[in-house]
Amino acid sequence: MATTDSAVRSTPESVHRTANEFSIQVATVNGSGSQTANLILIRSLFQMGIPVSGKNLFPSNIAGLPTWYTIRANKHGYIARKKEIDFLVAMNPETAREDVLTLDPGGVVVYDEPLNLSGLRSDLTFYPVPFDKLVAAVCPDAKLRRLVRNMIYDGVVAYLLEIELGEMEKALSRQLGKKQKALALNLGALKAGFDYAQEHFQTKAPFRVERMNATAGKILIEGNAAAAIGCLMAGVTVVAWYPITPSSSLCESLIDLLRKYRMDKTTGQATFAVVQAEDEIAALGMVIGASWAGARAMTSTSGPGISLMGEFTGLGYYAEIPALIFDIQRVGPSTGLPTRTAQGDILTTAVLSHGDTRHPLLLPCSVHECYQMAIDGFDLAERLQTPVFIMSDLDLGMNMWMSEPFEYPAEGFDRGKVLDAAALKQVGEWGRYQDVDGDGIPWRTLPGTDMPAYFARGSGHNEKGQYSERSDDYERNLDRLTKKFKTAAALVPAPEIDRPKDAKVGLIAYGTSHWAVVETRDQLRQEAGLETSYLRLKAYPFTPALSEFIDHHDRIYVVEQNRDAQMVALMRMDLDPARAAKIRSVLHYNGLPIDARTVTDAVLAQEGLAVAHAAAAVEAPHAAGVGGE
Amino acid sequence: MTTPAGSAPAPGKKLNRIGLEVLQYRGSKTTLCAGCGHNAISERIIESCYDLGVDPKRVLKLSGIGCSSKSPAYFLSQAHGFNSVHGRMPSVATGALLANRTMAAIGISGDGDTGAIGVGQFVHLMRRNLPLVYIIEDNGCYGLTKGQFSPTADVGSTLKNGVVNDLPPIDTCVMAIELGATFVARSFSGDKKQLTALLKGALSHKGTAMLDVLSPCVTFNDHEGSTKSYSYVKDHEEPVADVSFVPYFEDIAIEQEEGTSRTVTLHDGSKIVLHKLDRDFDPTSRGESLRVLRETSERGEYATGLLYVDPAKKDFCSMLNLVDEPLAFLPPAVTRPPASVLDELMDKQR
Repeated sequence: MATTDSAVRSTPESVHRTANEFSIQVATVNGSGSQTANLILIRSLFQMGIPVSGKNLFPSNIAGLPTWYTIRANKHGYIARKKEIDFLVAMNPETAREDVLTLDPGGVVVYDEPLNLSGLRSDLTFYPVPFDKLVAAVCPDAKLRRLVRNMIYDGVVAYLLEIELGEMEKALSRQLGKKQKALALNLGALKAGFDYAQEHFQTKAPFRVERMNATAGKILIEGNAAAAIGCLMAGVTVVAWYPITPSSSLCESLIDLLRKYRMDKTTGQATFAVVQAEDEIAALGMVIGASWAGARAMTSTSGPGISLMGEFTGLGYYAEIPALIFDIQRVGPSTGLPTRTAQGDILTTAVLSHGDTRHPLLLPCSVHECYQMAIDGFDLAERLQTPVFIMSDLDLGMNMWMSEPFEYPAEGFDRGKVLDAAALKQVGEWGRYQDVDGDGIPWRTLPGTDMPAYFARGSGHNEKGQYSERSDDYERNLDRLTKKFKTAAALVPAPEIDRPKDAKVGLIAYGTSHWAVVETRDQLRQEAGLETSYLRLKAYPFTPALSEFIDHHDRIYVVEQNRDAQMVALMRMDLDPARAAKIRSVLHYNGLPIDARTVTDAVLAQEGLAVAHAAAAVEAPHAAGVGGE
Repeated sequence: MTTPAGSAPAPGKKLNRIGLEVLQYRGSKTTLCAGCGHNAISERIIESCYDLGVDPKRVLKLSGIGCSSKSPAYFLSQAHGFNSVHGRMPSVATGALLANRTMAAIGISGDGDTGAIGVGQFVHLMRRNLPLVYIIEDNGCYGLTKGQFSPTADVGSTLKNGVVNDLPPIDTCVMAIELGATFVARSFSGDKKQLTALLKGALSHKGTAMLDVLSPCVTFNDHEGSTKSYSYVKDHEEPVADVSFVPYFEDIAIEQEEGTSRTVTLHDGSKIVLHKLDRDFDPTSRGESLRVLRETSERGEYATGLLYVDPAKKDFCSMLNLVDEPLAFLPPAVTRPPASVLDELMDKQR
């Protein structure tokens, strides 16, 4: 993560105007076509070399409910959500009042003139823009005005923040390049907004943009699209899925990729099969059936689907069939907040299904890890012959993240212990569930090969795979599965650790909480002189590194995005009680992506240190985000 | 358990067309009740596969949960088997056949497994026309949990203790025909000749072959008051035609008499010959099949035989236009695109 300060040129103007360190929030109505305008905004900042992140806070609705898009530009490279909004674009009459009232003093508001917001506060800078008048001038066709209206605010923002208009035009033609008419209309609207601002606004915003070189060579991509590329590179052959927010775009991206790269151009013959199943139960059933027969198979879902997949997950665990399952977590329980983010499925997924079960979880924090863990996940599932879960979340899966480009895999596939003639000779007398190698992982055979058949079943079985209700067979089998899970701990990715010598306080996080924790560590150091260590979990089961890390510290804070401290619950299950006693929790569960300020304040409070910025402001989207499904 | 075939049979043993003796089609010893209809069905599967010369190593056996679903262990021990979860065998079969479209597949379900907990998966299996022989061993009750009604129990039929069923039955054949299955038959575990002919037809068909086989539960549902007892089914079985099967590899001239028989040619060239009984029945007409099913059920009778067939419709694997070789065995060179593809994808995101 880049933390080097860029050289800020000290021109008279920039003395009072902070460069490359602000957040923009665009408040619109869902379905009003603001997506393109927001994308152009974030892309033009990215093209100017400035570290950016974008968070789409959208309702579970096709059109009509409020939606917010926040963009953070930060020269230090912090890309977690910033809680405080510096620059508001108020386009939604329904939320405009509250959006304005919840801003911190010193903020900026660009708003639709008829909303008449400037009287609400005296500590903000207001920029009224007559959107309807401007759009009518550049778009004669009244039916198309709704689609280009939002591009006007891009022009206004460009002027006020000094975003290079050329970069916006570049981003726009990249987006709409093939649609000449749409491109011309949007360029016109962009220019109209810019010209209007230039003509009418004497003072620019107290924030501004300045070209940097922090994004060269980088890509901007959503986690679900990254995971889809990972599946493609992992040679997936069977995909079964059921649509659910926020996971659908993973399989949809994958389908596009498979059709493009794995289908014969002339015959249309496919080296893959995709089924949109009747529900998540069937989706995992198909994955289990396909994996049993030797395919690399995956599915993708979210919390409600995970609940339904419990039964087949137990079968996969006990009959020892590989499966790769992406869980793009959203807010539960039940339907919950389908379009908001959480890390709320950790505990339930780790032990999903009845009886004694444990499942490996991979915990990506970045789009790069979405890609890499997809590849590793297939290998791991086949190596361990068990369902493996990749625990992404809505924030990671559906938002745009900067990343270094992904590397082409250096290694081939690990298909695990699949018996062939040579292996059979080595193994001797084969039993499907026999621990030949002492790692708890048995050898399997595939239908359609010359190797001996077996009868896979979810009922009690002995080492030969025969039906058995014998206590000793059952116990031996369960104990071997425990051993296999210990083997898993050596195969899953190790945690990432940063441990300064004198730190007494350790932070632990996983997934998207990482980006807030990176910033929190700097805040703790700068604001309270508190040096912390950091361990980022990349997987469950835990590795010995976790225990060692805890041993090195007096107190441990585990940061996660759920109410019940789910990862801590797993730690209490698996760790020595003396170690578990050192653990405290920092929990964030309001459905919005976690931010550093919240984490920092929580740690400072528990450490008994003064809270420097008691920013306890109510957050607009969370107060106003009501409505139907 | 399973041992690979290969040891040469003793001289004088009867062999089938691929050189296997019938013993090599058997499974482990049944643990179902003596006299259970399901055992008779397993016997017919063994015979049919032996007669057709099906390679047992090229067969997948799948099932859900229940008495019926135990039976794949009792035939074709050289075949890979999967006793999955209750009502969900269709999805497992779907995945398995997509992974390896070159395998034959036999799914065994029950009336509870199909009609109750699994009705959702059953519906979508029929829609997809997956190349699978799907057999419902139908006894109208839950045997393994001691005799509760299943959704195929008829209105007014009783449990052993006298409890009366008030709800209408699900007719799995009607559902299968309406939903798009391409080979739909009903038979009786006690009708050796008919069941064998239908099984052979089903094994030669490319697409979903749905066989509802009335298979009385001797322990819980074989009493007076049951419409799934041996005596009731025997007395109320009404074949729509007399069915015989002629495999593609047997050079038998089929006597075709105008107005008395019909011949259906299946995907592999095998033929099903339907001899007219008291009236003409056209199994290629969906409307007529549904009418006959409705009329017979209104009379309290079971229309049996080949009820509907459409040998031409594309099966699911063909619909997905899969390559000929099993997806499961495609080499990485085929399934992992080259580095240039990743470069192209990365460039698009810059």
